[in-house]
Amino acid sequence: MEIGIKLNGRMLSDNIDADLLLIDWLRDKGCFSVKRGCETSNCGLCTVLMDGKPVLSCSMLAARASGHEIMTLEGLQEEASEFVGFLADQGTDQCGFCNPGFVMNTIALLRENPDPTDDEILSYLAGNLCRCSGYNGQLRGIRAFLDSRKK
Amino acid sequence: MQHKEYKSINKSVRKKDSIQLLLGKPVYTEDMMPKDAVIVKLLRSPHANAIVKSIDTSKAKLVPGIVDVYTWEDVPKTRFSNAGQTAPEPSPHDRLIIDRHVRFVGDPVAIIAAEDEKAAKRAMKLIKVEYEVLEPVLDFRKAKDNPILVHPEDDWSVPSDWGAFVDRNIIASEDNTDGDLEGVMSDCDMVLEHTFHTKQYSQTPMETFRTYTELDRYGRLHVVSSTQIVFHVRRILSVALGIPKNRIRVEKPRIGGGFGAKQTAVSEVFPAFVTMKTGRPAYICFSREESQIAGSPRHEMDVTVRLGADNDGTIRALDVYTLSNTGAYGEHGPTTVGLSGHKSIPLYTGSLEAHRFAFDVVYTNTMAAGAYRGYGATQGIFAVESMVNMLAERLGMDPTLLREKNMLKEGMVMPAYFGETANACALDRCMSRCKDIFDWESKYPVRDMGNGKVRTAGVAMAMQGSCISNLDVGSATVKLNEDGTYNLIIGAADMGTGCDTILAQIVAECMDCSVDDVTVFGADTDASPYDSGSYASSTTYVTGGACVRACERLKKRICEIAADIKGCASEDIEFEGRGVRILDTGDFIPLTDIGIKSQLNNGIAPEDTVMHTSPVSPPPYMVGMVEIELDKLTGLVEVLNYSAVVDCGIAINPALARIQTEGGIVQGIGHTLMENVTFNEKGKLLESSLMQYRIPTRLDAGKLNVEFENSYEPTGPFGAKSIGEIVINTPAPAIAHAIYRATGTWFRELPITPEAVAMSIKQQ
Repeated sequence: MEIGIKLNGRMLSDNIDADLLLIDWLRDKGCFSVKRGCETSNCGLCTVLMDGKPVLSCSMLAARASGHEIMTLEGLQEEASEFVGFLADQGTDQCGFCNPGFVMNTIALLRENPDPTDDEILSYLAGNLCRCSGYNGQLRGIRAFLDSRKK
Repeated sequence: MQHKEYKSINKSVRKKDSIQLLLGKPVYTEDMMPKDAVIVKLLRSPHANAIVKSIDTSKAKLVPGIVDVYTWEDVPKTRFSNAGQTAPEPSPHDRLIIDRHVRFVGDPVAIIAAEDEKAAKRAMKLIKVEYEVLEPVLDFRKAKDNPILVHPEDDWSVPSDWGAFVDRNIIASEDNTDGDLEGVMSDCDMVLEHTFHTKQYSQTPMETFRTYTELDRYGRLHVVSSTQIVFHVRRILSVALGIPKNRIRVEKPRIGGGFGAKQTAVSEVFPAFVTMKTGRPAYICFSREESQIAGSPRHEMDVTVRLGADNDGTIRALDVYTLSNTGAYGEHGPTTVGLSGHKSIPLYTGSLEAHRFAFDVVYTNTMAAGAYRGYGATQGIFAVESMVNMLAERLGMDPTLLREKNMLKEGMVMPAYFGETANACALDRCMSRCKDIFDWESKYPVRDMGNGKVRTAGVAMAMQGSCISNLDVGSATVKLNEDGTYNLIIGAADMGTGCDTILAQIVAECMDCSVDDVTVFGADTDASPYDSGSYASSTTYVTGGACVRACERLKKRICEIAADIKGCASEDIEFEGRGVRILDTGDFIPLTDIGIKSQLNNGIAPEDTVMHTSPVSPPPYMVGMVEIELDKLTGLVEVLNYSAVVDCGIAINPALARIQTEGGIVQGIGHTLMENVTFNEKGKLLESSLMQYRIPTRLDAGKLNVEFENSYEPTGPFGAKSIGEIVINTPAPAIAHAIYRATGTWFRELPITPEAVAMSIKQQ
């Protein structure tokens, strides 16, 4: 079937199988930041923004995204660069495999709520699993970024 | 205890790969695989014990897009082990790539190679298998001397025998006593005995098992895999496929987490076999379900502890017997079990007069276990530390004081730890500091919150090792470039822990340059110096040791090249970081001049390679304290605060050591409270997805407070010991202790689910 998706600012049209998942379409288009971590919508690794809202690309058909705008981390390098250094300073990136989904959801959080409390951060990002860091360092990194903006 | 001020050591520098990882760059196996790779899928057995009577792949092979389908008839007949261990391996050679005799639900029955995943899945449904279903051995307590043999085959072998009796389902056994155990026990005021059960917890790295293979430009097998052990994978593939090692190259890109899971070659052999058969690139990606049901999880264990003590709290005798379930194949079975005693009993060296440690490791028809962070110590420490907490509650003694009375202290010889001396041990300081930062005095009492919830606390100690002594080796090549920077080439595998950066910090300190001036490459069997790989908490300690010695030798070579320039003796030249000084004249030659000279009319290579091993494995130590809130109605246990103080010697990178600790604690919280492993009556594992196998989210982690008490390990690089594994060991006994205080029930099986807690309260 024919689809048209605005991917990272570029309009793309494609002819796809109706059962193609968005994650597979995105990786096929070179968006390797979109990671596969489970089959059950539990890990958050494949988070992308559809019309600005975070969605799990493993649980959405590419066809569903037709006519919409999809942003992956490839298209949000500048916005992410504003805060990822604070996470690096904590050493919390670790293996890195969950980082893109986590960073994408953090971008969504900060767009929605530029000055979140710790509890708001934890609950917004609860769907982004990380097996390495124990999560506390991620919170410290985001907090350090938010504090730096207030200075 | 701070030693000299360093420039790069004990500094929280960023990981070299941080920004690449955080910005989602394509650095993992799946991001790099060739686009035309054949997709490899496995048809897996629905039976726990069965013989494939017949298998018909003819219809499957007709599916458009199918390259080929392989069965037991197509694979080599030499048995091998998937365990990433130094040869001669202690793990038995008990596997075939595909065996006609399938031994657990999930054992592969056919390899499907297809142009795409869709075709592979269609073909999988069309393979007709007729099984002769046999009765399985599912309960590891009934495996020993069971008439049903998991491995009845004639060609079973083990390269290094650890007490195997395969005709009794036993792959390893041992019984060692030190001192007059029964004499001391009978003289004790009390003897407590209990058995503690832990299950096959999954490491659950976020990246599942993934490998691609291809033929390189010389027609050799090139393997790119998410692995901790490139050199062991090369050996394993050589045995399994029957091809020479020099026809195989194995490299790892960035790894999406390992935790020991990838110290076993779980996925490599299948695409490698397909590439050898077809000549084409091949790729396998384990689904999360496959990683759960056919991965390499923690060994299930029953640890029985008999503890003899006096009424004043003196712990005089410990008797530990461990029954370990290695599953259907023996990877890491003979070796993990040892740590359940060797890393728990020595904690009480201060007062122990006698101890015994014995074990049996048995086959069952469940998934083969493997290496998981903690490697048996986690299970043993849960048992012994729980027992000590039970003693404290029985005596009405503060458990921290009880430990202070009995614990290992610096300078003591540890009879239960191979007679090694605790040359660097700050366990006592970890305890007192942890009490301070946690506020033990006010958190330990049971506090009824008036809303059906109770708050209280628990405590535990832990130790681990820093390598496998006298066995594994680490290597480093350090070379000078003409611009005065260095390359560090290693065979150890950074799986997210940051070892590339930590080893670069060690080189930077030695060569007196900045960490940015050290470029790190690893790991690739064609290019890296031989290294056993990243496991057993060893990389900083062993490979770090190799880095220090390689730098010492490189400095000498740099002086020799400078001597050539100046026409003087190299003994008259001193290395000064950015260059060398001629002692007589005071002349300074910058490194760049030496680098350029090395490329011109020169016979001295400006590089050196050192291989390092250690006769000792100095333990790191740790104290963990947890505050929980327990809901008496629902049984839900919430971790509020977790304080930990770790003695890892000198932390080379405190930020990374802290994250290791926090990550390990949260994994420990997971297997204590949430991560369950259950089987149906046919041996099918039920928690096969992240929906059922619930690893902690950031709402389950609690507030973590990690600090360090330094000791200085004389045999470690800049005083360092290890950190990677020990950090997972305290949560289970500490949380079980707190739950006892809140409910009056001791839980001796993990996980302690809300259901179990609520039922225990109801029964009271």
